[in-house]
Amino acid sequence: MGRFRSGAGLLGAYVPRDSVVHRAPAGLKLAALAVVSVAVLLVRSWSGVGALAVLVLAVAVASRVGPRALLVQLRPLVWLVPAVLALQWWAHGPARAAVLSARLVLLVALAALVVLTTRTTEVLTAIEHGARPLRVVGVRPERVALVLALAIRSVPVLAALADDVHDAQRARGHERDLRAFAVPLVVGTLRRADALGDALRARGVDD
Amino acid sequence: MSLLRRTNVVPDAGTGAGAGHDGAPGAAVPLTVRLDDVHVRLGERDVLRGIDLELAEHRVGVVGANGSGKSTLARLLNGLVVPTRGQVAVGGLDTRTQGAAVRRLVGFVFTDPDAQIVMPTVAEDVAYSLRPRRGEPGLPEAERAAVVHAALVERGLAGHADHPAHLLSGGQKQLLAITSVLVTRPRLLVADEPTTLLDLRNARAIGRLLGSVEQQVVVVTHDLDVLDGYDRVLVVDDGRVVADDEPAPALAFYRRLMGA
Repeated sequence: MGRFRSGAGLLGAYVPRDSVVHRAPAGLKLAALAVVSVAVLLVRSWSGVGALAVLVLAVAVASRVGPRALLVQLRPLVWLVPAVLALQWWAHGPARAAVLSARLVLLVALAALVVLTTRTTEVLTAIEHGARPLRVVGVRPERVALVLALAIRSVPVLAALADDVHDAQRARGHERDLRAFAVPLVVGTLRRADALGDALRARGVDD
Repeated sequence: MSLLRRTNVVPDAGTGAGAGHDGAPGAAVPLTVRLDDVHVRLGERDVLRGIDLELAEHRVGVVGANGSGKSTLARLLNGLVVPTRGQVAVGGLDTRTQGAAVRRLVGFVFTDPDAQIVMPTVAEDVAYSLRPRRGEPGLPEAERAAVVHAALVERGLAGHADHPAHLLSGGQKQLLAITSVLVTRPRLLVADEPTTLLDLRNARAIGRLLGSVEQQVVVVTHDLDVLDGYDRVLVVDDGRVVADDEPAPALAFYRRLMGA
């Protein structure tokens, strides 16, 4: 068990604290994330990376989420960063590889700080507000927000379904049979989508 | 096979217009649900065949074999399924033409809470139920947060408010699903096999909760203990209501029908 479910740890990672970062509007945080991310992508020097690292560290301290919560969010990089570092080292040398790897860590840390300090509903409300101008071309902002919420919510549900299918597959001795995994997973996913549609109607999403 | 039929229903409690979190005319006042010659055909199959019912009791149970049509019967009550022929009226509202208004009166709890919980965290899912509906002003943010907190406290979930919903136990998820429905103060709560996926302790807890809420409740279930103290039980078989009585005689009939 838990083979796919372990990946669900990134979701719903909000850490409730009373901090200036938590109190900042979600729209502002998303906009700041976009701006600083561009800055991270543009810097090429160690001094620039250092300045941004100080900024990220300051936000992390101000958010009071604690190092552990932040490190949990950075854990997926344990495999990615060494691979990127090795590839860049081979292609461009050690200095550039180190700067690029540091930028990658800063980008993920920044996004993680937004996730850790912002409730999903606040993010969705901000996106809904941001998408309002798109009404003129027929986009319904509340639907955009709902689709994003459902996407986030569906990841652990489908991961659990994949776990169940995998366990059933093992129990029947078909561990390496891709079709024996894919067919029940797709059928189960479609069945859950049907059930979710019913639940959304029952909760008045179309009303 | 005997056909039992009751007629002692309480008078209509009104249309229920204006039901909602504030201004609800009283969630405890039962609605009258009328099904007149209701047929439902899904694909090539007649799932329900000529159902005539008037439900106005506070607690109604529905039992029947798998595939008998009882879940379809439940879905008729909030317009998730509309009759192929005949009419369903809830508090005087036609589910076919006034589905949105019906769903404001009727809350629905599904078997699998994972299919019902929409938002990633516990408090957010309850808050989703309180979002502004079309043509209605929403609650101010602070008031909405207070209502969500009170609902979570009432159901013992306040400590999980900011937890991801997928990390809750099965019983807690079903409790959350019910909380998210009840927070809108529906007049009628319909539950489709709400204890099927739960262990005995959680099944008992959910059964007790459904038995204690102020709302009128219609429960479809295979867990016959849930129906202790109910006012009326319907037995559905092959698309028809074949027994309709107080729990003891109706369940005795059901056990005979199932050969148990």
